[in-house]
Amino acid sequence: MSKSVVIVGASMGGLRAAEALRNNGFDGKITVIGEEVHAPYNRPPLSKEVLAKEVTHDAVAFKLRAQVDDVIWNLGDPATSLDLAKQVVTTASGKTFEYAGLVVASGLRPRVLDLPNGKVSGRHTVRTLDDAIGLRAELVPGAKVVVAGAGFIGCEVAATARGLGCEVTNVAIDSYPMIRPLGEELAAELQRRHVAHGVCFRLGHGIKDLTGTDSLSGVILDDGELLEATVLVEAISSHCNVEWLANTNLDISNGVLTDSALRAVTTDGDSVEGVYVVGDLARFANPLFDDEPRRIEHWNIPTETGKRVGAVLSAYLSQADNFAELAAQPFTPLPTFWSDQYDMKIQGFGMPGLADRYELLAGELSDELVMAYFRDDALIGVVGIGMTAEVMKYRKQLLGT
Amino acid sequence: MITINVDMDKCQHYGQCVFEAPDIFKLNDNDKLEFVATADDSRRSDVESAVDVCPMQAISIVE
Repeated sequence: MSKSVVIVGASMGGLRAAEALRNNGFDGKITVIGEEVHAPYNRPPLSKEVLAKEVTHDAVAFKLRAQVDDVIWNLGDPATSLDLAKQVVTTASGKTFEYAGLVVASGLRPRVLDLPNGKVSGRHTVRTLDDAIGLRAELVPGAKVVVAGAGFIGCEVAATARGLGCEVTNVAIDSYPMIRPLGEELAAELQRRHVAHGVCFRLGHGIKDLTGTDSLSGVILDDGELLEATVLVEAISSHCNVEWLANTNLDISNGVLTDSALRAVTTDGDSVEGVYVVGDLARFANPLFDDEPRRIEHWNIPTETGKRVGAVLSAYLSQADNFAELAAQPFTPLPTFWSDQYDMKIQGFGMPGLADRYELLAGELSDELVMAYFRDDALIGVVGIGMTAEVMKYRKQLLGT
Repeated sequence: MITINVDMDKCQHYGQCVFEAPDIFKLNDNDKLEFVATADDSRRSDVESAVDVCPMQAISIVE
C-alpha cells in the first residue's frame, strides 16, 4: 500500500504543505481535513476588503495549482481525535483516516468574552469568511460599533468600520493600540492617527457585561461606563485548535511544541516521527533570535512552515538518504507582517515585540517612518509606515545575510 | 515562456515578490511595483514563490 498523508486544517498552511509535498516528489494520497466548508482562502482581506465590499469566496480563494488536483478535501468535518499509536485521525462525522505522515494545521479560533448577559445578538468575531460576511451586514453608516481588542485585527476592523461611516469605540486592556509589535512611541502615534479618523478609545479597560434583551444595546466597561452599541467585534486573542490532540502525549501547552524540523514533540521532549506542525500552532525556536520556542501568528508563517514540512516529510516518507540532514537544518523564517489602516501601510520584519530599545531610523513620527527595534543592541525587528523600499533594506540585516 | 499578471487593484506594493524574483519584480523610486510580464520557463519556481508570498494574492501566472 502506498503511504498516505493526512493534513488536518484546510487553510493556507495545510494548502502550502500539500503543494510542497507534491513539489518535493511525494506521490501518495493526500487528504486535507477542514472544519470550514470553504476551500482554502486568504484571511488578511477579511478585516478590510471583505467588510467593505461584496467580496465572495472566489475573490479570496487561493488558486489551486495543478499539482494539488488529486488532493482529497474532507471539508466541513473537523478532526475530533488522534490515535498516535494506530496513526488514525477521526472526524466529527465519524470518518477515520489512516496516515503514514500527519500534518497538524488546525490553527486558531477567536477567544470570546465570557459575559453574564452574553447571549444577545450583535456579537462578532473575524476569523472566517462567514464571520466577515456576517459582520459586513451590520457595518452600516451610523452603526454604533465597539471593537474589543487593539491588536492587528481590532485596529483594522476599527479603521474599516470608520471608513464605512460607523461610530467606533475601541476597548482594550492594553495601554496603546498594537503596543506589542510597535512599542510605546509608535503605538501612541498609531492611536493619534485613529483618533484623527474619529475612533474613540477606552484603553486600559475590559468589558464587564452587555445590555440588551435579544439584541445588543450597549457594552458595560469594568469601571461601570456604559457605551451604547449595536455591534460588538471581539478581537481579543485566540484559542489553539488542539482539542483533537488531547488524548495524545504531545506537548500542547501552547500550540504544539516542535523541533527544528517542525516534528511534533511529546511532553517528554521526544520528537514524533511522521507528525509535523505548520502555521499558527507550530511552537518552534528560531535561531535568528534565540532558543525559546514561540508560536508566530504572522501571515508568512503558514507558507514558510508548510514548505519546510513538505520538504522534510516527503524525504521521511520516501526514506531518502538526506532525510536526517534535512531534518537537522536550522529553520529560520523571518516573521513578516503587514497592516492596512486608512491610508497607512504598516510593514514589519522580525520580532520587534522582543526589543528593549527602539530608534527612529528614517522619516518623521507623524508621517512616513522606519523604526528599528533592538535587543541587547542587536537589531531584532524593523517596522515602517510607508517607506517600503527603505524598510526592506533592513530585511537582509535581520536575516544575517 | 510564462506570462505573469499582477492585479493592480489588489497590489499594495508591499514588495515581498521582489525578494523571490528580483529580476521580474521591483519597486520603483516611488515605492510602486513594476514587473516584467513574461519570463523564461526556468523562472517558474521563483515566480510561484512570489505568488505565494504576496499578502494580497495579487500575482498570478497566466496558464
